Amino acid sequence: MPFVTAGSQRNAYDVIVVGSGAAGGQSAYALSMEGAKVLMLEAGRRYIPATETPMFQTPDLAPLRGVSTPHKPFGFYDATVDGGWEVPGEPYVRASEERSSRFEWWRARMLGGRTNHWGRISLRNGPYDFKPRSRDGQGFDWPIGYEDVAPYYDKVELLIGVYGTNEGRENTPDSPPECLLPPPAPLVSDLLLAQRAKRLGITAIPGHKAVLTRPLDYERTPARLHPHNVTAQRILAEDMRARAPCLWATPCGRGCSIRANYQSTTVHLPPALASGNLDITTDAMVYEVTLGPRGRASGVSFIDRTTGRHHHASARAVVLAASACESVRILLNSRSAQFPDGLANSSGRVGRYLMDTVGSSASGQIPLLESLPPLNEDAADGDQTYVPWWLYREQRAGKLTFARGYHIEFGGGRRMPGYGTGAGMEWLTGGSYGVKFKQDVRRYYGSFVGFDGRGEMIPNERSYCEIDPTVKDKWGIPVLRFHWGWSEHELQQAAHMQRTFAEIVDAMGGRMHRGPEQDPAKAIAPGGSIIHEVGGAMMGSDPKTSVTNQWCQTWDVPNLFITDGAVFVSNADKNPTLTILALAWRAADHILERMRRSEL
Amino acid sequence: MIDRRTTVKWMLAASAAWPLLRRRAARAEASAVSVQGYGTDPNLLTVYHPGDLWPLTLTPDQRRLAAILADLIIPADESSPSASAAGVVEFIDEWVSAPYPRHQRDRGIVLDGFKWLETEAIRRSGTAFAELGATDQHAICDEICDVSRAADAKRDAARFFALYRDVTAGGFYSTPVGRKDLGYIGNVPQARFDGPPPELLRKLNLP
Repeated sequence: MPFVTAGSQRNAYDVIVVGSGAAGGQSAYALSMEGAKVLMLEAGRRYIPATETPMFQTPDLAPLRGVSTPHKPFGFYDATVDGGWEVPGEPYVRASEERSSRFEWWRARMLGGRTNHWGRISLRNGPYDFKPRSRDGQGFDWPIGYEDVAPYYDKVELLIGVYGTNEGRENTPDSPPECLLPPPAPLVSDLLLAQRAKRLGITAIPGHKAVLTRPLDYERTPARLHPHNVTAQRILAEDMRARAPCLWATPCGRGCSIRANYQSTTVHLPPALASGNLDITTDAMVYEVTLGPRGRASGVSFIDRTTGRHHHASARAVVLAASACESVRILLNSRSAQFPDGLANSSGRVGRYLMDTVGSSASGQIPLLESLPPLNEDAADGDQTYVPWWLYREQRAGKLTFARGYHIEFGGGRRMPGYGTGAGMEWLTGGSYGVKFKQDVRRYYGSFVGFDGRGEMIPNERSYCEIDPTVKDKWGIPVLRFHWGWSEHELQQAAHMQRTFAEIVDAMGGRMHRGPEQDPAKAIAPGGSIIHEVGGAMMGSDPKTSVTNQWCQTWDVPNLFITDGAVFVSNADKNPTLTILALAWRAADHILERMRRSEL
Repeated sequence: MIDRRTTVKWMLAASAAWPLLRRRAARAEASAVSVQGYGTDPNLLTVYHPGDLWPLTLTPDQRRLAAILADLIIPADESSPSASAAGVVEFIDEWVSAPYPRHQRDRGIVLDGFKWLETEAIRRSGTAFAELGATDQHAICDEICDVSRAADAKRDAARFFALYRDVTAGGFYSTPVGRKDLGYIGNVPQARFDGPPPELLRKLNLP
């Protein structure tokens, strides 16, 4: 009886996990596979990738050729259910609408959360990334180092399946043998990028993405991930066998019905459910962690979204994994005489130091890529190639105007035509129409390349969220109000990205429609819009200045844990999901150990 | 209450000044669209056709003009059929009839553009755009096909043409005949992915 309603839950669980995305899925997996009785509460609806994923649907089968609309901001076939920049009936407040100080919040209301649609880019933080303050005096150091997290990066890569290569680049860790799957073959545009960027001293290497480029090693990996646990090994082996490798078609953002990429719903939840130790209640909107005797969490209160009724569930420990901002919201809404400013907030740091990724994008047109013969370049849906940060030495020497690095995600190829194909080409065609226009579209199709810079934001005092004093959602739950501000480090970094893109396009023999954007305020994407929001309940070594310890355990409430991005102390240029997964697994092992010692 | 004389004055003003016309049209046409869209949890596996989710709103005359203009932009050639033969007129009607802000904005631009084309055709030849010969139709389009080269007085008409070309191309190249025209051969399951053929890489001097 793995999917249960509010009325059919057990009387008590070992652990309640709030949320079912990367953090919730990983927490529930690690706990339940090792024997803990887990109740997962997900605010959105049940979602079944095997039957709901539009795998080969073409744009002409969708409304409006599948373009972005307010209801489906990443396009009709994006996997997101009941979400996007707005969730119906669940507003949030922006303290400012100015582009440079606005924050945008992408949410999903579905089992698996945002892992169903995410970009699958899976990069390890490097040693520098855990000790940024020690290196340049900005921001904060983590209470842990790369060596503490590395074993969990290994385990996560083995479990979910990540392709990539070991290149020995600075602060870009190699994985131990057998952790990574082979990368897809590069496209023509990838090879041209690598060749030409090299002339600028910029090294492009294969990306790291959670896509199976071959079947997982179901014979050996289960024993590495679950030593001494034969049951878990058997369950995982069976489940790994059931995951098919990539069939080299269809966009990953739609989700994957054959389970070739990582989403919580296809990788974490099936074996966790098969263990018999996981119950899941969907449409369960958690709004409060309740306190019991001795200052311990007794469970959570939630609203059944299908009935509007309020319920309570109890457990020995509570894990918040609702996404950084939603977990912060739950804490701030859990007020009591003991915690008048919100639960686990004696430091006053809950909601503080929100971070996103610095984002800036550009595209170029490359004559060398024009009029290529028909090639199938669907591959693994992009991100074959990326450029890790390459100017560490210059930064150390004080030659740059910003303190932290960025990487470049690169895309090109003869992707599936859709709305947008042939659009905005006057600068190339002189405004052709008729037969000449058709010739022009053929000529230029596949000759465009795109660059997405993804850089580190240093946490600051002006970027935070709090409970809005008046606005409530349709369930009557007070909502978040966001404040946002960049420092010169982020702004200068975004402008630098633009100059780099222009240099690379030039080196590729290409051209840009408009020159690089050199107004930093216009070059930088709005806060939150990269959907890498982390922080708000940072971990640390001092209860006065942090919300959790290095095990994601709140200082104030010993049986309350936060395993999502809220605990991040810095937000390296590396996309956060792999680190969220590694920290969640690490926290789960700690919870299990303390439960075995009867400390929880 | 607006009297008839005022209305006539508006219309005269509108025929000379595009921005006034656009504001008026946007207000008048906004009421034509009232459906709420497909929501945040639509069935992704259903095949949708124009008109399934919200009513199509172009009049027969507007659709006739839509087809002529779409086919001026994408005519049939040896590689593929014309835009209208690929169903683009239905798509354009779906687009300008959709309830979303972007589409309602485009609706105003497209309907104003249609009116401008008719006005321009009458000014030049005293006949509707559809009745003009191909040479005369091209003569009008040639003056508005590139915003950067259009005369100041025709800048708005050129912006309309640019939008209409984008919508036409988007509608066309997202269909099976459009994909075939471009030599797109993906979206099929494959056992392996080997990358580009060596002979192509040699030709491009790539390793």
